[in-house]
Amino acid sequence: MLYTENKPMDEILDCLGDEQNIFLLACNGCADVCETGGEKALSAIKAELEKAGKNVTSTLLVDFLCNKMLVATRLAREMDKLKRADSILAMTCGVGVQAVSKVVDKVVHPAANTVSLGGLQGLWPSDERCQACGDCALDYTGGICPITFCAKSLLNGPCGGAQDGKCEVDSEKDCGWQLIYERLEKLGRLENLQKAYKPRDHSKMLPAESLRKTSFYDLEK
Amino acid sequence: MKLVERFKQSKCVITCEVGPPKGIEIEKVIDELVPLQNKVDAFNVTDLQSSVMRVGSLATCRLLKDRGLEPIMQLTCRDRNRLALQSDVLSAAVLGIENLLCLTGDHPTLGDHPQAMPVFDLDSVQLLLAVKALMDGKDMAGNDLEGRRPQFCLGAVVNPGADPLEPQIIKMQKKAEAGAQFFQTQSVYEVDKFANFMEKVKHVKVPVMAGLVFLKSPAMAKFMNANVAGIHVPDAIINELAGVEKEKRVEKSLEISARLIKELKGLCQGIHIMSLGWERHISTVLEMADL
Repeated sequence: MLYTENKPMDEILDCLGDEQNIFLLACNGCADVCETGGEKALSAIKAELEKAGKNVTSTLLVDFLCNKMLVATRLAREMDKLKRADSILAMTCGVGVQAVSKVVDKVVHPAANTVSLGGLQGLWPSDERCQACGDCALDYTGGICPITFCAKSLLNGPCGGAQDGKCEVDSEKDCGWQLIYERLEKLGRLENLQKAYKPRDHSKMLPAESLRKTSFYDLEK
Repeated sequence: MKLVERFKQSKCVITCEVGPPKGIEIEKVIDELVPLQNKVDAFNVTDLQSSVMRVGSLATCRLLKDRGLEPIMQLTCRDRNRLALQSDVLSAAVLGIENLLCLTGDHPTLGDHPQAMPVFDLDSVQLLLAVKALMDGKDMAGNDLEGRRPQFCLGAVVNPGADPLEPQIIKMQKKAEAGAQFFQTQSVYEVDKFANFMEKVKHVKVPVMAGLVFLKSPAMAKFMNANVAGIHVPDAIINELAGVEKEKRVEKSLEISARLIKELKGLCQGIHIMSLGWERHISTVLEMADL
């Protein structure tokens, strides 16, 4: 299981910007345990979005958003509603956000930060990796993680060392920043890259011990 | 003197790169540079170039200054976190260093200690912003610096040969907004492509210095083509170099470099020479290029 915490509503609204029609997608796996996903949290976030004047075009609960096949199949049934939405707000871990981004050409905003407490995503042994940095940047990078896809975990663009789209560290590995660039270009969001992204807060990699006393971790004791 | 003053004199600014030795016999490295004092505006001292352990940039910069040469301290994010980086910036100010070139740095796996921990706590844009904040009297945590403020001329790098180029240009603009006052580029051998690049970065109103690595042999050119991102030596140049007898190769190489400099200097605001051990030839090349 991966542990997640809600991003502050202000940050979420800032990410949504002018987008009015929001498709709300929540994970019913680990995120349900953490109360960042699941039915209750879904209703709560829906209410908050509506209070802020947003139109929630649709809500969807999927058992494990990290399971790309499952996500693709479930979203295929919602195609019309998805088309009407400006973006997707995904209530899930970093792996879930990346899996959703991989299967739909829509902007996907993370609603949660994934906290560094170890553990694995629910189901799928996928390419999408999450280092549980506690300060999810997937909103700005179009759903491809700069922390895990870039060998230097750079937050402000490519280092200039990539050759033919491959990383300077491993010529078989794609340059994460090239993938991010191509993805943002496709989404029409290249302007995301123009602002200087803040330095990481590494203290978020040292979460309080009390976090382990959540219902899930209590089972281990 | 801050390099930015040189650009104001609207001349072609010349910098060259100095690689500190692996070992402590630094005197001969510096002795070789002293005759260039009046020909080269400033000397970039690399910061463990290619992630190979050696004498540091800060100490070498100070030694250059003591001999009357203007240093540019290169500072990378590869092996220092924000505490060490900010502290080294203050140390540089204390030691009278006036020019800082802020880079992300190569990954340690490319160097001679591939087991080392890659740090990259900051990236080049964030480093520029952190130095800018120090110059405004604040550290990254927002604490006030005591007393007078450090003042630097800040530089950054850009790779005009990167493919795709657009993300490089976006990042270049970010670096300019973060406080970069000049740019040095990866080595350029295709003048037309460079002219095209300069056209595309017109909106970035910061001086650009075209980089040039002296080509010592056709093999070196081929190696760089295969292994160095953004460098492309055209076949015409490789054949030109390969076409002369071995004894005449140095002469030919210098001729090629001088020709490239002559063509590049009109397109940008300066030339950055990476001589890689051929420091003794810099003076000749500059004369051949009428500089």
